[in-house]
Amino acid sequence: MTPSASTTTRTNTGTATTSRGVLGTSALRPDGLPKVQGRFAFSSDAWADNMLWGATLRSPHPHAAIRSIDVSGALAINGVSAVITADDVPGQLTYGLIASDQPVFARDVVRYAGEPVAAVAADHPETARRALAAIRVEYEVLRPLVDAEDAIAGSFPAIHPDGNVIRRQRVIRGDQNFTGEVVVEGTYEIGMQDQAFLGLEAALALPDDDGGGIELFVATQWLHEDQKQIAACLNLPTSNVRLTLGGVGGAFGGREDISLQVHCCLLALKTGRPIKMQYGREESFFGHIHRHPARIFMRHHADRDGTLRRVEARVVLDGGAYASTSSAVLINAVTHMQGPYTCDIATVDGYAVRSNNPPCGAMRGFGVVQACFAHESQMDKLAAACGMDPVEIRLKNAMTTGDKLITGQVMESVAPVERCIRETAALPLPSALAETPDVLALPGGSGLTARTSNIKRGIGWGVSMKNLMYSEGFDDYATARCRLADGVVTLQFATAEVGQGFVVLAQQIARSVLGVDTVLLEPISTAIGSAGSTSASRQTWMSGGAVDGACRVVRERLFEHVAAVHNIDSLRLAINGTDVVDTMGALRISVATASRDLVLDETFEHHHRATEELDENGQGNCHVAFAFVAHRAVVDVDTELGLVKVVQVATAQDVGRVLNPLAALGQVEGGIAQGLGLAVMEEIVLVDGKMRNPSFTDYLLPTALDAPDVVVSMIEEPEPQAPLGAKGIGEPPCISVTPAIVAAIRDATGKDLARVPVRPQDIVFG
Amino acid sequence: MTVINATSIDEVVTALREYPAARLLQGGTDVMVEVNLNRTGVGDVIALRRVSELRRWHVDDESRIMRLGAGVPYAELERSPLCDLLPALAEAARTVGSPQIRAAGSLGGNLGTCSPAGDGLPVLSACDAVVHLQGSTGSRDVSIHDFMLGVKRNARRPDELITAVSIPLTRGFQGYAKVGTRNAMVISVASACLVHDSEGGSVRLAFGAVAPTVVRARVAESWLADALSLRGPLAVTPRIAQEFGRRAAMECAPIDDHRSTAAYRRHAVAVLAERLLLRAASSNASGGDAR
Ligand SMILES: Cc1cc2nc3c(=O)[nH]c(=O)nc-3n(C[C@H](O)[C@H](O)[C@H](O)COP(=O)(O)OP(=O)(O)OC[C@H]3O[C@@H](n4cnc5c(N)ncnc54)[C@H](O)[C@@H]3O)c2cc1C
Repeated sequence: MTPSASTTTRTNTGTATTSRGVLGTSALRPDGLPKVQGRFAFSSDAWADNMLWGATLRSPHPHAAIRSIDVSGALAINGVSAVITADDVPGQLTYGLIASDQPVFARDVVRYAGEPVAAVAADHPETARRALAAIRVEYEVLRPLVDAEDAIAGSFPAIHPDGNVIRRQRVIRGDQNFTGEVVVEGTYEIGMQDQAFLGLEAALALPDDDGGGIELFVATQWLHEDQKQIAACLNLPTSNVRLTLGGVGGAFGGREDISLQVHCCLLALKTGRPIKMQYGREESFFGHIHRHPARIFMRHHADRDGTLRRVEARVVLDGGAYASTSSAVLINAVTHMQGPYTCDIATVDGYAVRSNNPPCGAMRGFGVVQACFAHESQMDKLAAACGMDPVEIRLKNAMTTGDKLITGQVMESVAPVERCIRETAALPLPSALAETPDVLALPGGSGLTARTSNIKRGIGWGVSMKNLMYSEGFDDYATARCRLADGVVTLQFATAEVGQGFVVLAQQIARSVLGVDTVLLEPISTAIGSAGSTSASRQTWMSGGAVDGACRVVRERLFEHVAAVHNIDSLRLAINGTDVVDTMGALRISVATASRDLVLDETFEHHHRATEELDENGQGNCHVAFAFVAHRAVVDVDTELGLVKVVQVATAQDVGRVLNPLAALGQVEGGIAQGLGLAVMEEIVLVDGKMRNPSFTDYLLPTALDAPDVVVSMIEEPEPQAPLGAKGIGEPPCISVTPAIVAAIRDATGKDLARVPVRPQDIVFG
Repeated sequence: MTVINATSIDEVVTALREYPAARLLQGGTDVMVEVNLNRTGVGDVIALRRVSELRRWHVDDESRIMRLGAGVPYAELERSPLCDLLPALAEAARTVGSPQIRAAGSLGGNLGTCSPAGDGLPVLSACDAVVHLQGSTGSRDVSIHDFMLGVKRNARRPDELITAVSIPLTRGFQGYAKVGTRNAMVISVASACLVHDSEGGSVRLAFGAVAPTVVRARVAESWLADALSLRGPLAVTPRIAQEFGRRAAMECAPIDDHRSTAAYRRHAVAVLAERLLLRAASSNASGGDAR
């Protein structure tokens, strides 16, 4: 790798590590070394004696009636222990995160290509595959609903008892007849992106001897939500379904929904033997939900001086066959249409519809990615119409704390939008294209297609606002337990570690609050209360708050104990380094000594402030808090071939407080790579409801050669509402980088480019 | 499932006679993908990894013909000394997959699969290579142009092993260019190889991924031969290069698929042909020489 093609990163937060690994240091994560050395056990590494292999039969059709299913051929195969269909589901026949509308197995009708129809358990994966091939399903193929507009128009018969519109939500505010001095509009399209986590879906289910319960090791984002849905389908008391997190190799929203969990448990209970299930890459594309493809019309009204006055939008999200989190994704999209800009008047109409396309749900950015591509493209149009530059118009309209959003909610979060933009602008630009450049760093890379005289450089901007935590009245609390004994802390929580690094953050919190060095972690499981989902940029805030709370209660109890022994007021005590000290006297004893022969064990729940549902006009305090970020992208475009190299992305992100510089940087760089993927290459291509590229051969993810240099400025203005002062930082990096890159390509080429990903042919012929 | 670990070409040929349905396995970078995709199981396998004869190459001093064993991995093609002898093949090799894939994958496998997007094939076509096949009843040599029959179809008989390819070494520029939608590790959307034989006086151009099999742009080649002298340095003007590309693109038959569109592919090969010819001209001008 040449230096210019690698990601070099400068950051203003440093990467100093102290040996104690308290908050604010780049403490190393406990799972880091095992992961890079290949010793970390991912969910797919789980193994049990006597286990069988489960496998799933899926529909080849996007829409079909099931006339009959004959499993006798599969059962006759030597080594096949069980074949199950919808008839074998003892409890609820459906599951779902918000509405329970997705069948465990399709019974009468299949609604997307890839929908599970049956599952088998066999002594070997190969036997299981042959068994699947031996199941005879008679389908009557039906016309698929694949155009979201058909669902809205009501021109297609309902493909599900719940109807073809999952949710419609308007946001109406201010003078609906207002027309600006300057009006710009456009229609924008966002393709279907995949989470493409590298650790594939996998689980191991161990049935209790009496068949009355089950233990499941699974890679998921939210153990307790899985537990609830699985128990309902199995018709077991929730407490009899015990989940432990298997090693998770990435999630990005794609593990929020049930995939193989229920199938795996059903097979285990049916056979009385451990069942292992794991998807391959192709099956994974069918086994989890994706980012909603969207079509968004927007019209912006402004004064001649560029002051934004009104946004109009029509948002259509294709939710695919089942509801998943579509209704929540929709409210995120419609409530973020203004972007991080002050705007008093809004006319937004949004639909999340059902179709016979693959189901869509949560993915990093959750509805805001789609909204942001539209509003940022519009801001550039507005800038052009007002004769301003992209930075100027964004600064002019930058939102501040205290602003009223288009939902009527007051922005109470720290909102350093202007600072994000100014600090991004102050980051150094990359050097100009060299006369004899490194060919690998040019558009086209290793394909050696580039001719320097055909390369144009462009610069583009994107700024975004993203809500943190769950919205609309949901109490997504988090639980944590802290136990201090003999100077050693043991933490317990059900927070899914999906790669984000909560395991090290939890240790850092305990070290800071309690002055200990050794922090042990209990297995992540349902043996403790819920931590909520590892999504919505919420775990540092929520589970971090819970760990912090539990540690603080333990600290109070430790102080009370020390105070009693030394006959002083416990309020005088504090932690200093690894000691308990009397702030008004000479007493100083180590935490280890102070906690000898003592067991302090406390559990704490952190709840965020309450929110409300939106009314029919989209008004209400529906969100908890917000974070902001600006991105500036520099691209080189081979204008003749339409090939792009993203040279550099500069970003200043509102993070509240940096708790672990290295981990924060990882989120920023990774998010930028994911947003770059959506900008120029990542898309699930569908033709009549069928996926054309369910593999990493054809679903392209950015490689090291595609990744840009990233220059970062972390904006630290501690958030008063947040327990640790830190905002969630997981989602913002991937949101406005996409429109920034597209704007840079527009700058280089002069093309409209209203759709992502931008394909070479869009640049050449667009 | 039987696995035969052959150690010589003779052993392979004997094994092929005994197991006519067996799969030949060199680097496995196509075979394993297919096995996983079709979920059919592997069947009988004749592994070529230990057949050292397939890993050898040498240049005949008199004829200046390179005989390149079918099992030589891309990792060797992209490095010295082979990259100096066959620069276009080295450029093509460097575009194949990732370092891991290039450590295992081979030209023999590329020929065996015969995908229109196989990156080694346009080079073999532009070099007028000859494919050597060995069967139980004898050996035969097939021109690369007759070897590639269609999408994943070639002239190899079931009992035959591809032992080597012969490539005449030429003086003059040669280059390979490949368009994909990311900057590395991507299947070709369109590719082109141009070879200028400055002694023989010819420019040869082949395209990948724009027809059921690799195509040679023979009409454009002969137009160019009429337009200027191809012996020695090329006096190419930008207009000639552009016209060469435009004409060459008419000789392909691309399709729309999930990777790209026919219109873009046709456009792309025109651009690639034009740029390769300009590169050839400027490399001649600066005294560039394949050998
Ligand atoms: C991640 C990835 C990326 C890839 N990227 C590219 C790319 O960019 N460009 C590209 O062109 N290809 C690419 N490929 C495909 C593959 O690497 C190449 O086609 C390679 O040349 C195959 O060589 P192999 O030795 O691995 O063949 P194998 O997989 O061993 O064999 C391929 C076929 O050829 C037959 N075969 C092999 N050797 C012989 C022989 N001596 N005689 C007769 N038949 C034989 C086999 O039976 C089989 O049918 C990629 C593959 C992967 C997995």
